[in-house]
Amino acid sequence: MTQSLTQTENAPVLEIRGLSQRFGGLTAVSDFNVQLMPGELTGLIGPNGAGKTTVFNLVSGFYQPTEGEILVCGVPTAGLRPHKVTALGVARTFQNIRLWNDMTVLDNIRVAQHYWLGYGFFHSVVRTRRYKTREDEIAKEAAELLDVFDLKRYAEELPKNLPYGTQRKLEIARALSTHPKLLLLDEPAAGLNSADAKELIRLIRWIHETFDVTIWMIEHHMDVMMELATQIKVIDFGETIAEGTPEQIRNNQAVITAYLGDDNI
Amino acid sequence: MVLFAVGLLVAAHYRFIDSYIQIVAMTIGINIIMSTSLNLVNGNMGEFTCGHAGFMCVGAYISSILSVACFGSKFGDPLLPASSVLFVFPIILLIGGAVAAVSSLLVSVPSFKTRDDYLAIISIAVNYMILSALENMDFIGGSRGFQGMKDTVWAMVDIFDGPWMLFWVILFTALTVWIIRRFISSTYGKGVNAICQDEVAAEIMSVNTNKIKIINFMIAAGLAGCAGGLYAHIIGYVNPQSFNILKSTEALVMVYLGGMGSLSGAVISAIIFTGLLEVLRSQALIDGLLSPITMMFPDWEPSAGVIKWVMIPLLLVIVMQFRPEGIMGNRELSDVFPWLKKFYRFK
Repeated sequence: MTQSLTQTENAPVLEIRGLSQRFGGLTAVSDFNVQLMPGELTGLIGPNGAGKTTVFNLVSGFYQPTEGEILVCGVPTAGLRPHKVTALGVARTFQNIRLWNDMTVLDNIRVAQHYWLGYGFFHSVVRTRRYKTREDEIAKEAAELLDVFDLKRYAEELPKNLPYGTQRKLEIARALSTHPKLLLLDEPAAGLNSADAKELIRLIRWIHETFDVTIWMIEHHMDVMMELATQIKVIDFGETIAEGTPEQIRNNQAVITAYLGDDNI
Repeated sequence: MVLFAVGLLVAAHYRFIDSYIQIVAMTIGINIIMSTSLNLVNGNMGEFTCGHAGFMCVGAYISSILSVACFGSKFGDPLLPASSVLFVFPIILLIGGAVAAVSSLLVSVPSFKTRDDYLAIISIAVNYMILSALENMDFIGGSRGFQGMKDTVWAMVDIFDGPWMLFWVILFTALTVWIIRRFISSTYGKGVNAICQDEVAAEIMSVNTNKIKIINFMIAAGLAGCAGGLYAHIIGYVNPQSFNILKSTEALVMVYLGGMGSLSGAVISAIIFTGLLEVLRSQALIDGLLSPITMMFPDWEPSAGVIKWVMIPLLLVIVMQFRPEGIMGNRELSDVFPWLKKFYRFK
């Protein structure tokens, strides 16, 4: 028992081997490899159009990879639809916020439990005991989650009426409501001012410590990335051009060239 | 509500209200089932389908055939004794609904990949498919229609002389509203709303969107099938052409008039719409309304049956112009009148 536990703890949460994705003639991602160990906070950066979001879409199951394989906690995700991948423990947020704008904040959190409801149409119509206990549990859990995220006062509000920064926070809370092992954050600081970004850094660090979750993050704000990530991977035109600690990345010639261009033109 | 329904039944039983009012009440009930069930797909799930009458048709035919086979003499001797009709009739209606629900797979499976206009075209195509198939089945009358369901109704009247069809319509209407309200207010049913607002987010937040779509379409089509069965037994005659695209449009109009995604809106608009259809049937009223025009054109004698199809769409255009979100928007009665919350919660 103890041995198997330690084994799972040492097994990577996410393992990607030789991942390639081609859209017609365009190679969006080529031969991408990564291994995320439990509890890591890793970054993924690259210039616009480098294929970062494509990698996230592949991991969350929106695209089926042309080549290579993706393992979530040792389970291959090939052929699984996105909600099944989510059920394996991968949650994500989106570059442009995708909340359900006409449902209350509380409902947004509750519906994210959909896969684990454990009751179906019949139970919802007849209101069986199973329905009632599960709804109570979900409501309680959602209320707790809103509480720790300091969103409780917005519980009955519609997300579209919330300030932008709060919507970002709510989207992360909703992702955490699926009990993920791996949280993919796609540009969480996009559109935030520097004060909000500082707040976000605190929030992500706090989530990382509190929720026992591995975080993989795409981010253009370099100060956010340098502050949070322990490991950073840089891709450009689908190819991995560098990886290492923030300090190494900052001084990497290939990265500087990719971002700023070559001066020997 | 219960008192009103019982009052209606008692009044009908003792002939305080004549059979015309009963027919109108039953049509209202059927239209409530149609509009609330279509609202589940077009309002709550945000898909645009306009073939709802096709499913009504499936339900109407299946339950008619079953009912004639069980209690009529058209296909030889009745299969069941007439005394069992009170228990068997609702089962026949539910079987009609179940078959209609299965036939909804014709729309829900394509809806995995298509949306909006394309799904609308698919749903119209399915409506036509169902009608053409039935028109070509000669053993159930083909395009001449199918009758004999009155035997079942008379069998019920033989047991107890009362307004049976009115009773069944009220029962099924109440059942429909009850089922839909409970479904969409559960976290399970809120997955439908999540698909409407952002399907990608719904899928990534662990909602099995394909399954929910199938279930939602099945509920909607199944209820429409029950409505079809009731309709067939009230009229005593079904014809494929009474479930054509016009009938589907009627259901659509009721949904959009009431407000998308509002259950109480769909109920209210079904009542208003059916009421209007009946009121405008009056030739005297049409003559009065059009008297300024007929004075100018003395040769023109507008017929109420035709003119009402000018007036009602015109009314719809006016409503959409000034209240594009429909009568209720996406709110429920209890949002508009908060004191109602004490008695009833829609969400």
